[in-house]
Amino acid sequence: MLKIRNVESGYGKIRAIRQVSMHVEPGEIVTIIGANGAGKTTLLATIAGLVKASSGEILFGGQNLGAVSAPKIPFLGCVMVPEGRQVFATMSVEENLLLGAHVLHKEGRAAVEGLLEHQYQLFPVLRDRKTQLAGTLSGGEQQMLAMARALSSRPKMVMMDEPSTGLAPLIVKEIFQIIVRLRDEGNTVLLVEQNAKAALAIADRGYVLETGKVILQGPASDLLNNRDVQRAYLGREKID
Amino acid sequence: MTAELFVQYLFAGITYGSIYAIVAIGFNIIYNTTGIINFAQGEFVMLGGMIAISLLPLLPLPLAIGVAVAVTMLIGALMEMIFIRWLKNPSVLRMIIITIGISILTREAAIHIWGENIRALPYFVGNEISTISILGARISPQVLWVVGVCGVMVVFLHLFFQATSVGREMRACAANRMAAILCGINPRNMVTLSFVLSAGMGALAGCVMSPITYSQYDMGTGLAIKGFTVAILGGLGNSGGAVAAGLLLGAIEAFSVSVVPLAFKDAISIAILLLILFVRPHGIFGSAEAARLKTF
Repeated sequence: MLKIRNVESGYGKIRAIRQVSMHVEPGEIVTIIGANGAGKTTLLATIAGLVKASSGEILFGGQNLGAVSAPKIPFLGCVMVPEGRQVFATMSVEENLLLGAHVLHKEGRAAVEGLLEHQYQLFPVLRDRKTQLAGTLSGGEQQMLAMARALSSRPKMVMMDEPSTGLAPLIVKEIFQIIVRLRDEGNTVLLVEQNAKAALAIADRGYVLETGKVILQGPASDLLNNRDVQRAYLGREKID
Repeated sequence: MTAELFVQYLFAGITYGSIYAIVAIGFNIIYNTTGIINFAQGEFVMLGGMIAISLLPLLPLPLAIGVAVAVTMLIGALMEMIFIRWLKNPSVLRMIIITIGISILTREAAIHIWGENIRALPYFVGNEISTISILGARISPQVLWVVGVCGVMVVFLHLFFQATSVGREMRACAANRMAAILCGINPRNMVTLSFVLSAGMGALAGCVMSPITYSQYDMGTGLAIKGFTVAILGGLGNSGGAVAAGLLLGAIEAFSVSVVPLAFKDAISIAILLLILFVRPHGIFGSAEAARLKTF
């Protein structure tokens, strides 16, 4: 579904990502873990077209995303839930979802309403808050809204940037359960997380990013048991 | 002051006030999608009136106005595409200088095309001396046209932004540009659209006001200052506030004539602008909290 080859990207002269290669297959949860400033967010922003790759290749369903402008990328089925939610704070919950379904406007009202209904089933709390301004929701509700907004476009792949940031542990658990449910419904998820333990627990495969490079990759269970990963990201030092 | 005189002043205030409100809403539309103040806003009003006057020998009045509005919208789109679209993350100061430059350019072009003559469209109904009586005051029917058309425009805009998907997408760009891109909305197209919209509104206002206030190549500057005062007074980006502030400024100006000489009329609005900028930069109707979050 997604294939990245030797991608370099960054801001101005700063190379935030160096020679990154990775792939995501349909129906998988793939997680990218790493410390603050490792380049995780830049990598997602590069795939979403917000930052342009200076070299390398990003193929999504066989199409080179490097040649597609950022607002066109959601039309190909590749959407992102940005870090910090980024809901349309001054607009209602329903309007947020309708904007998420913008890429489907050619399919007519019925299709869009069906999709919105599906989001309300997945996130019942949003139905109760339909007419409320998105900015007045709690952090967890805003995260759900941001996810529902992305899903309203009926994407082929959803990228989520740090969905657990700033949320209470109980809410984080709920969010991760929803991600698993999304995968079980056939969605493909690329998940970026600082909360490596939680992310690896639900993911199929993982990549470890450090100072812009992929230093480790493999099945999530292998990474969970990897000693370097445990020491650096899971806060567990094994004493032999 | 007699009751009749009061109503007379009030109507003069409402007439000018609704024009100021339309110019201010033009500022707001562009500010909301781009975060910049388009100081060429007054030029749209001038262009609308002048083009309609030039077309009048060829076309009947309603058609001349329609074409003038369409041409001004096209000019608005071209302005944005030529001067603004290609800039990457321009600073506020740079944008201000560019829009002032566009304003000077338009004015110079206008003086070459139309000269310095003061012109006017004919009254839509009746002529200069036809009046109708409202509460004892004598009002020109054109005043009702100005107030009516401005009112309809405000209602139309409100419906456009609240009830159409394009309006919703424009608001989304204003609310969160990055999130809008992630939803597949191209903010650049929305910016062009905002210039087209405010150009069209300005042009239509320029046409309906022309019989009363006349049209001249340099009328845009004064209107831009008044409109800007109203936009700030009402809270930048707040169109409901702009209507209230526009009517307020119009009324203050109209009633000031009974107290101070006519020449002070413009000084009053500039004084209000300065006062507001010093004391309440977020406007009377704007919230301080929202203003703090804005970059300008």
